[in-house]
Amino acid sequence: MNKISIIIAREFNERVRKKSFIITTILTPLLMLALMTVPTLIMVFAKGETKHLLVIDESGIIAPGLESNEDIIFEPTDQTLDQVRANTDLFGALWIGKDIVDNPKNVKLYTSSSSSISLESEITSQMERIIENERLKRYDIANLDQIMKDVKVDVSLSAYRTDLAEGEEPTEATSSGLSYVLGFVMGMVLYMFIVIYGSMVMTSVIEEKGSRVLDVLVTSVSPFQLMTGKILGVVSVAATQVVIWAILICGVGAALMSALVPADMMETVRAVEAGTMTSAQAGMDADLISAVSMATNPTQMVMMFVYLLLFLVGGFLFYSALFAAAGSSVDSVQDAQQLQTPIMIPIIVGFFIMMAVFEDPNSTVAFWGSIIPFTSPIVMIARIPSQIPSWQIILSLVLLYASVAAMIWLAARIYRVGILMHGKRPSFKELLSWIRQ
Amino acid sequence: MNILQIANVTKRYSGHTALDDVSLEVPKGSIYGLLGPNGAGKTTLIRVINRITLPDAGSVTFDGRPITDDDIRHIGYLPEERGLYKKMKVGQQAIFFAQLKGLSRRGAIERLKKWFVRFGIEDWWDKKVEDLSKGMAQKVQFITTVVHEPRLLIFDEPFSGFDPINANLLKKEILRLRDNGATVIFSTHNMSSVEEICDHITLINKSHNILSGSVDEVRRRFGENIFEVTYGGDPATLESAVAPMAELLGTTAVSDTPYHTTRLKLNPAATVRQTVAAVNDAIELRSFNEVIPSMNDIFIRAVEGKL
Repeated sequence: MNKISIIIAREFNERVRKKSFIITTILTPLLMLALMTVPTLIMVFAKGETKHLLVIDESGIIAPGLESNEDIIFEPTDQTLDQVRANTDLFGALWIGKDIVDNPKNVKLYTSSSSSISLESEITSQMERIIENERLKRYDIANLDQIMKDVKVDVSLSAYRTDLAEGEEPTEATSSGLSYVLGFVMGMVLYMFIVIYGSMVMTSVIEEKGSRVLDVLVTSVSPFQLMTGKILGVVSVAATQVVIWAILICGVGAALMSALVPADMMETVRAVEAGTMTSAQAGMDADLISAVSMATNPTQMVMMFVYLLLFLVGGFLFYSALFAAAGSSVDSVQDAQQLQTPIMIPIIVGFFIMMAVFEDPNSTVAFWGSIIPFTSPIVMIARIPSQIPSWQIILSLVLLYASVAAMIWLAARIYRVGILMHGKRPSFKELLSWIRQ
Repeated sequence: MNILQIANVTKRYSGHTALDDVSLEVPKGSIYGLLGPNGAGKTTLIRVINRITLPDAGSVTFDGRPITDDDIRHIGYLPEERGLYKKMKVGQQAIFFAQLKGLSRRGAIERLKKWFVRFGIEDWWDKKVEDLSKGMAQKVQFITTVVHEPRLLIFDEPFSGFDPINANLLKKEILRLRDNGATVIFSTHNMSSVEEICDHITLINKSHNILSGSVDEVRRRFGENIFEVTYGGDPATLESAVAPMAELLGTTAVSDTPYHTTRLKLNPAATVRQTVAAVNDAIELRSFNEVIPSMNDIFIRAVEGKL
């Protein structure tokens, strides 16, 4: 067993066996699921009780058209406004003026407690619909109902790609909505992994230096082996975590979705996938179809995770080498913070470019951001769901891994000197002189 | 035959010279003391031997050939600042270090178990290092240093942090390792332990090798012709008898006996034989010994430049 693999094995085993690793690996997907369901739950429980609203309609036109629902019940009444207002048991009353059709401002809402925006917009939108219909009726158009039915329209957009390989039939593309969510989630995962695991590398180098384990280690292995072993060990921990999540998500996705989604819907989805039908023809939302199609298609999910893994490993190695160099040149975590800032800046820039990707995945900023290694992992992973040309992905990967090698070489030169230095934090000028040594 | 030969080694860091033209030879099978005040350059020299840092000039020869990275696995180094992974279990950690020195996992476990039994610490195998006391951790670290049976052992202050019983156990183990063929380089400030176990020493001060040789020879070289006479009789008689050939350095009574002890520094012209004869005539002689300086005195005198 060569020395680097002994170091990798130690780093890996020590971290993976920790309770905190097992807990975060299992809990994070659950937590994410919870984060997604909590807003829905809050919406459900925030609804409150059904409100009764008395309607005093002096015009006699509006009240019959108001439709009650589970939030609000409209009750037409003959009582006068003063009578209603004297009755404090009621939630409130809606007073509508005689000339409401010509003067839409002549309407008042009285409530015993504060009303809500959703309540008010519900009332106004219902009234607008009724008044619009009343006004249309004045034109005395024959077959008005028929015309209205005819005129009503719902646009459903089916997006196609034209940049396909020859002989390939265009099928309906993944909608931009799904690309957005997928890109965002994967970009976030990458960003978090680089930052969290990167600083983990740094802290562990500082610990080794502080506890003087390094003094013992350097008599057995070269600093280069030591540093490479450590970052490879930590990256395999990160990769393990992603693979576990991938298996959980792909497995649960494929199994649950197939079981949960109704059979006729699955047929439609398959038809759209095969290109024999468009989502518009199926009368279903394109986003929903592509989401179901993706979740029930293991190959597509696995491909996404493979990309995620490739960019995660590349991006992590690139930055963790820098983090290791920073950790080696200081004695305490506090001292490290100043050195950490210049490393964090390009990561954060990458995060902001990722945001720009969602505006337009093929903009100049997005393109270059996904090619230049400092930002490429985060930006590229966010672009991939938008079906960008594969030469861009390959170019990005080649550049990333080439610069990983350069970065490790550079970091190792700082590390080699730094681990044996104790005392004052070195200046950037000194760090440069270590590289040249 | 020398296992290690250091010739004209110089190491400069920006701002200061840590080693300046240092040469020394470590005979195979010896226990070699590397002495010197703090900051003299001992640690740098050890790092040069271990190839952690490379010298700017000079050469290191291991077993007759210029030292290579491959030779490092024949060296065991116990640094002064002890370091173990705090969160790691003792056994796992010992296996890890042994594997880095080239042992197979199975071979490492086999040898480690033997050492753990010898030191009476079998129960610690599954304990975390952070749960051990300082002395316990030192024992574990000592084992990780020697488990791969290196031919050259470098101990930096091996006894610090040990109680007398464990220090004695360690001393016995070091001698046993030497008897089994290992060579030991031993860096310490504890001069009594140097007298006790070292065969040879080198004293480094201000990046220079200022004194090298076998312990007996060095001590004799530093002898100042001082003798100690213990006798029965009147101190005044003795003083007048030896006055022509020696300078008197003081007399003390030996408690609970009628005897006295007087220290004499012989004049350059006087011989030991003459002096003993004169003393023997004057009083009832009990003992007549040469006072050989302790390593402690030699260390202080050498470092302060009073050679």
